[in-house]
Amino acid sequence: MITANKEVGKKTLLPKGNSHETKGNLIKVDSKDAKLALAHIYVAFTALLIGGLAGLLQVFVRSGAFELPFGIGYYQVLTVHGVLLGLILTTYFIMGFQIAAVSRTAGALSSTQRKLGWIGFWLMTIGTIAAASMVLLNEASVLYTFYAPLQAHWIFYAGLALVVVGSWIEGIAQIMRYAQWRKQNKGLTSPLLAFMAVVNNLMWFVASLGVAIEVLFQLLPWSLGLVDRIDVLLSRTLFWYFGHALVYFWLLPAYMIWYVVVPKVIGGKLFSDSLARLSFMLFLLFSIPVGVHHQLTEPGIDGFWKFLQVVLTFFVIVPSLMTAFSMFATFELRGRELGGKGIVGWFKQLPWKDSRFLVPFIGMVAFIPGGAGGIVNASYQMNQLIHNTIWVTGHFHLTIATAVVLTYFGAAFWLIPHITGRTLTGRMNSLANIAGILWGVGMFIMSGAMHVAGLLGAPRRSEYSTYGGSEQAAEWISYQLAQAIGGTILFISILFIIGIVINLLWFAPKGEEEFPVAEATEGSGKTPAILENFKVWGVILVALILIAYTFPIFEILDNSPAGSKGFKLW
Amino acid sequence: MHIHKYEKWWLIFGTTTLISFLIIIGVSAFHAGAHPNNSKWTIDYEKVDEISPFDNPGVHKVEGKDWEYEVVLVASAFSYNPPEIKIPVGSKVRFIATTKDVIHGFEVAGTNINMMLEPGYVSELVTTVDKVGEFTIVCNEYCGVGHAMMYSTLKVVEDDDNSK
Repeated sequence: MITANKEVGKKTLLPKGNSHETKGNLIKVDSKDAKLALAHIYVAFTALLIGGLAGLLQVFVRSGAFELPFGIGYYQVLTVHGVLLGLILTTYFIMGFQIAAVSRTAGALSSTQRKLGWIGFWLMTIGTIAAASMVLLNEASVLYTFYAPLQAHWIFYAGLALVVVGSWIEGIAQIMRYAQWRKQNKGLTSPLLAFMAVVNNLMWFVASLGVAIEVLFQLLPWSLGLVDRIDVLLSRTLFWYFGHALVYFWLLPAYMIWYVVVPKVIGGKLFSDSLARLSFMLFLLFSIPVGVHHQLTEPGIDGFWKFLQVVLTFFVIVPSLMTAFSMFATFELRGRELGGKGIVGWFKQLPWKDSRFLVPFIGMVAFIPGGAGGIVNASYQMNQLIHNTIWVTGHFHLTIATAVVLTYFGAAFWLIPHITGRTLTGRMNSLANIAGILWGVGMFIMSGAMHVAGLLGAPRRSEYSTYGGSEQAAEWISYQLAQAIGGTILFISILFIIGIVINLLWFAPKGEEEFPVAEATEGSGKTPAILENFKVWGVILVALILIAYTFPIFEILDNSPAGSKGFKLW
Repeated sequence: MHIHKYEKWWLIFGTTTLISFLIIIGVSAFHAGAHPNNSKWTIDYEKVDEISPFDNPGVHKVEGKDWEYEVVLVASAFSYNPPEIKIPVGSKVRFIATTKDVIHGFEVAGTNINMMLEPGYVSELVTTVDKVGEFTIVCNEYCGVGHAMMYSTLKVVEDDDNSK
């Protein structure tokens, strides 16, 4: 029980005056920045609808009871699902949210910064359309990881590269606004949300450098026919240098919402500004030098270096432990402030009917088994039992596809009306809660069935197959039926969410919706300046990357067999 | 920077747990030798059929090695050669596998025999097959339109079955 602590408990528990901002005096996101953020929201939720439909088709096909019409391929649909939900929905929502968050907390963007934002947005959108056309033409059924030597049309790779470059430019705009704030407010601690957005952008730059090198120097020249062959292992290693940090790029905006927004929604305070910043800096350090844990069963990488990255992977769990503590501490403090007594009494006091709290909360709960499963996946030789089985799909449907996206949705339910000058009505709020609960139930069934089937050996990314009448495969198929049921519930939830978003965009009553930003508790102390010294953390980051990657990459280059020609086997 | 007392306890507890997990898997790997496939053996993927031992895929009984059987396997879109593997229960086996084209998986479903097969590399794993039964070997890395049709079977049989 947090309140038992005298130092912090006393100081922080008792609210001084009314902590709620008075209505009508809300700090708004600048209206021009809001437009930029809104453009991202449109693309993100369009991606959700189409990507979700693709997911529904997949679970139907895998149940064995349904075949795709018009010669559409399963792996084409799977590519649509992965690209749209894993890359497009996330990147667009993140950029839109972060721009709104920076503008809300550090102040309106300058016209140059906003222009950069729009340039980034349009580059990303052109890239998305280019890549999507290739997928629709069946020129790029290579899934969203696009492993060589399966070779897609070069326009697919170029399109994805544009998405990354566009996101860089948008990130630069956000960092410029933050730098401007610090220049104007020397010696002061920067607004937490803006700081967090900057950390996420920096992490994204350093991480996406890997995939940028892979695309520019390997995949593009090779798919254009300028070079014949590609170093497959190098391309995979560059991909995963990026690929694991990618999941933290998705996660950190959800953590921003957990740390800064959710406490305000429940009427409480941020547990500790310093700890929030420290956890983000730890994510900056440990998100990147860990990618080899996706390659544990691959040849060509030494066991020692694989294990070293396993150790670093375990370090990245620590800031998540900090986050979990902060969240539950905030909840308990607030619950007790509202009069909750005993070990669980405070829990009942939380605003369970407020979708801005409930929907992200369901996400937080999913992150507990999601994180635990992640520890299993990264555990060196234990990875052999589940590698590339559908267990892994089940895992990241708990983390990204529940914890992260439910948090995004929970945020969209106040962000969209905040931007459009409307309000979330009681009715929409109830629908949002129903959607969140449906999502939780659907995912429990689908992800649960995936985890079990994966332990029994069912492979991921595979169309319906009886594997020549194998007894084991027959067992998997019963779980695939459960996945179809869970997936259907999830799709219904998506329809609810799209309905709510449409309402908030165009039909909800005019009014003012708050962009909630919590303040730190008074007892949590001043934030040490070192936490904003990006030079120090940058040096440690580069050192860690060099330690983790220099030797493995040297060895891959040194030991590499002749490269591979391209294959189009779909 | 102020850190709450309970948060310190929580972080100490969490970190200690993580370190003990690492020690367990570390000892199991570097002391007991439980490593995943870390092979550095390279090969010309376009000439796999001509290069020993892949010119003769199948199950081979070997003498004077740490293991009793070698299983040599070639994967290509969308099949495995051999399509069936039969080994007596309790044998120590070295699996040696590679691919002739794109990346494939080699997963003996429901066991911890699981390796990536990448063009230009030979993957290896030594293990003891200690459970009688029929195990489906599946390709678990997307390799193209026939990916889910790509399988083989590992039959772990009682000793006397094999002599027949």
